[in-house]
Amino acid sequence: MTWFLVHFAEIVFYCLAAVALAGAVGVIAFRSPVHAALSLLGTFLAVAGVFVLMQAEFLAAVQVLVYAGGIMVLFLFVIMLVKARDIPDEPQYVHRLVPAAVVLGVLLAALVGVGIWAASSGPPADGAALRLVAGVPLGNTEAVGWSLYRDYLLPFEVVSIVLLVAMIGAIVMGRKETGRGGAA
Amino acid sequence: MISTTHVLVLSLALFTLGVVGMAVRRNFITVLMCVELILNAANLNFIAFSRQLGDLTGQVLAVFVITIAAAEAAIGLGIIVALVRLKQTVNLDQVNVMEG
Repeated sequence: MTWFLVHFAEIVFYCLAAVALAGAVGVIAFRSPVHAALSLLGTFLAVAGVFVLMQAEFLAAVQVLVYAGGIMVLFLFVIMLVKARDIPDEPQYVHRLVPAAVVLGVLLAALVGVGIWAASSGPPADGAALRLVAGVPLGNTEAVGWSLYRDYLLPFEVVSIVLLVAMIGAIVMGRKETGRGGAA
Repeated sequence: MISTTHVLVLSLALFTLGVVGMAVRRNFITVLMCVELILNAANLNFIAFSRQLGDLTGQVLAVFVITIAAAEAAIGLGIIVALVRLKQTVNLDQVNVMEG
């Protein structure tokens, strides 16, 4: 029982990691896009749980709201919009690519694995720094907001322009071709 | 205490699955989902190192990554809608107007 309490965070982490990996496998294994999207939803929620364990509570909330709430709804909406009968029944796997994909994946995993073992040594730093606002311990959300609006104001504004451009682009691509001769 | 190495291995596995999925699947929608997987793996890395170093910068960068992921999803799905209107397919092997 004591062992269970001492290692509670690890147990939760391994459960969440298993869910995340199972969801990721489901994304590339399910033939139906709807099943793949729901599987991806499981991965997103599990990763949000890992964010909480990593003392990034604000990002966990953002992950649930933006990914699970926004992007996933967008995916499901488009899957419903381009009706299933519009997707011809064809072999989903390109067999001649599978060996290359496996070899490249294993090579990549080995390469990055070596980097991971070399890079991450020593215990993690004290989590208190992640909730410090101007030297006062407040909370993770306040700390991220403080850093975002004080140290990273210009990137913040630039990324908002990126979002605006993406919104306009999506509208332009999504509307029907009307008016003066669209080439497409 | 969860070791940073374990989080990085989880992130690596998610990333590899995303890359393999992009190489293996021919459905445009699924390929976009694999891109989301890869961006999630990158976020996991940022957050793990943010905790390891006790530095908030990783979390702020993860906010930016999520923003870019949202923009990418909107554009990608807009392309899918336009593609289905143009060619009635989401199979990437049939999208070869550029003869690439």
